Amino acid sequence: MYKSLKLNPNKCTGCLQCEMACAYQHHKTFNTGRSRIKVFSFEREGRKVPYTCTQCDEAWCLHACPVEAIVRDARTGAKVVLEDRCVGCKVCTIACPFGTVNYIALTGKVQKCDLCEGEPACAKACPTGAITYVDADWTGLGRMREWAGKTDTNPATV
Amino acid sequence: MSYTKKVLRVNLTAGTCTAEPLNLEWAGQYLGQRGLATKYLTEEIDPQVDPLAPGNKLIFATGPLTGTAAATGGRYSVITKGPLTGAIACSNSGGYFGAELKFAGWDMVIFEGRSPRPVYLLIEDGQATLLDAGHLWGKTVWETEELLKSGHQDPQMRVASIGRAGENGVLFAGIINDLHRAAGRSGVGAVMGAKNLKALAVRGTRTDAYAVADPDAFFKAVDAAKAVLAANPVTGQGLPTYGTQVLMNIINEMGALPTRNAQGIQFDGARAISGEAMHEPRATDGKPNLINHTGCFGCTIACGRISKMDPNHFSIKDKPAYQGASAGPEYEAAWALGAACGISDLEALTYVNFLCNEDGMDPITLGSTIGAAMELFELGLLTREEAGLDLPFGSVEAMVHLSELTAQGTGFGKVIGLGSKRLCAKYGRPDLSMSVKGQEFPAYDGRGLQGMALEYATSNRGACHVRGYMVSPEALGIPVKMDPAATEGKAPMLKAFQDLTAVVDSAGICLFTTFAWSAADIQSQIQPALGGDWSLDRLMATGERIWNLERGFNLAAGFTAKDDTLPPRLLTEPAKTGPYTGNVAELGKMLPEYYQVRGWSPEGVPTPETTARLGL
Repeated sequence: MYKSLKLNPNKCTGCLQCEMACAYQHHKTFNTGRSRIKVFSFEREGRKVPYTCTQCDEAWCLHACPVEAIVRDARTGAKVVLEDRCVGCKVCTIACPFGTVNYIALTGKVQKCDLCEGEPACAKACPTGAITYVDADWTGLGRMREWAGKTDTNPATV
Repeated sequence: MSYTKKVLRVNLTAGTCTAEPLNLEWAGQYLGQRGLATKYLTEEIDPQVDPLAPGNKLIFATGPLTGTAAATGGRYSVITKGPLTGAIACSNSGGYFGAELKFAGWDMVIFEGRSPRPVYLLIEDGQATLLDAGHLWGKTVWETEELLKSGHQDPQMRVASIGRAGENGVLFAGIINDLHRAAGRSGVGAVMGAKNLKALAVRGTRTDAYAVADPDAFFKAVDAAKAVLAANPVTGQGLPTYGTQVLMNIINEMGALPTRNAQGIQFDGARAISGEAMHEPRATDGKPNLINHTGCFGCTIACGRISKMDPNHFSIKDKPAYQGASAGPEYEAAWALGAACGISDLEALTYVNFLCNEDGMDPITLGSTIGAAMELFELGLLTREEAGLDLPFGSVEAMVHLSELTAQGTGFGKVIGLGSKRLCAKYGRPDLSMSVKGQEFPAYDGRGLQGMALEYATSNRGACHVRGYMVSPEALGIPVKMDPAATEGKAPMLKAFQDLTAVVDSAGICLFTTFAWSAADIQSQIQPALGGDWSLDRLMATGERIWNLERGFNLAAGFTAKDDTLPPRLLTEPAKTGPYTGNVAELGKMLPEYYQVRGWSPEGVPTPETTARLGL
């Protein structure tokens, strides 16, 4: 069974514990600028929105890479950047439709979410449950349950 | 050791930026942020200096836990001599700015002198540059932040700036970062304005600027401390749900809510401006005022209010700038702009709260000063001609209009902008200023909560609730329940709170953690972050050392025991309603004991034994 990171912006407070956990897990720094998960702040709307790689099945980044530096982790399904192979050409950052592969000038390589070998640090650090790591085939379950909860006064009709 | 070990010194007169090593000996004695910056300030300025003169300095300081995974570890403080009070000023803020400063590699920025023309400081990692701010002068905080980000084509930069209030010398102007987090009190923004410094724009991309000493032990302690916050009813439920506004109904029912310039002690309109009311659908448009809650950097409590006003409210009709989401009123602001002025229009308070963020003003002093003006008006001492409009208690229009004038620095707003002490002196009734050492007290009445009376009288930055929050034991039973009306035991408890708060403010974390965290919970995180031996005893001694250092500065600045007092109203006019009817603030019963437990002489001066014990 594969699992997915499920992001619920309604629960996000913008504390950036996820970004710090990610940056520390991969680079031993608290600098949130090195995180592979990003929390966007929409000030006028008063919303914070966490966002990271969805781990596409047919990953555009993987197919676009000219040196095969992005590979699939068979255990988690994550598309993982092999840093020693990456040449920093940035083609993957152009190929990704979601902007979740990012070039890091400091290292001259790209970075993206690798699901932390199946134990994502961001999900563990999130204090509100805005980031969870759930069965990839059932990410809609919570929303379905929410809908079900609202329908108790409307009996089903044929 | 989680310091960057670097201080940036900016001489605004000469236009120079110089890096220097952090004084690690002082860091060992004063921890960081509030304590350490106060040490720098007291070593470098004449305590008698005019706060708005070039001889004053302005320090932005982080703590060792700022920019770490410690819950709430994103705080910074601004330390200077305050123009509202003439005392030491230290205003603490959250948001993301403090952590960014550390990412860039700086523990502290010290501003000295005065720039010949408006400038802002751009920090990009190790590179610091003073740049012309001619195009930013006259702009609000919100405009300034947008112009800086678009001008530098860097939406990721973090900005702290002053609005028009700081430029215009409003004596309670604050410094605002991340649009609505405020180093709010004592006029630190006026000092910045007097230095012709508009903003700091910071971008930190370094990954090696600092590191905790023992990562395994640090993360273990951080995880345990986060669990304590989550399990605690105040930090786990009350604050996320209602914010600090959870207190409005509680304090009102206790009979400790200063009302109409503290003429009363309970407000009939409290319910309408409470945290609960912010959740409820408005009668006008069916939508609630509160639309979200938010956390500062690293904060797992998330008490911040995000509000959206009724677009048809008279104050913002046809003003799209205020019709989006922004930071809603916290308890102190709602009290000052509401109860202190006899106003129960939640939308109006929300609007003026927006204004305070937009132009950088402290809503506590603003509301309390307008409340004092309303009393002067009702007494016939301040006329409609002088004020420009009628301003009886409860006049929403007057509160809104005077706040706008103050932000803009025009009309009677120029007088409001001086604070209540100067306003009331001008009209011959200095006793009507609800201030201590020139700074207005916030949303707790010393006739109801005796410990808070002592806290206001002894706070080093003038009346204030975040120097020793006696509301915790007196209203919330944290860490133990104390009878609010009792005077016994308040002095030693206040001393413990004041010393612990000095530690919290020097560490880089938020005071609100102490609703749940014990001193040991804090020590368990500081120890592995810094390494060495940061025992609980050493930490508490550090807090006491900081308190006495601040006291020493104030004494050298000319304050005496006579200034450790309260407005006569709290000492002589008994509470008329509520559980504490008939009570006054019994300061005389508590203050001598307080001096004693502090190791001070009956004149309020630290004895030679005390200063020697603390290594001062």
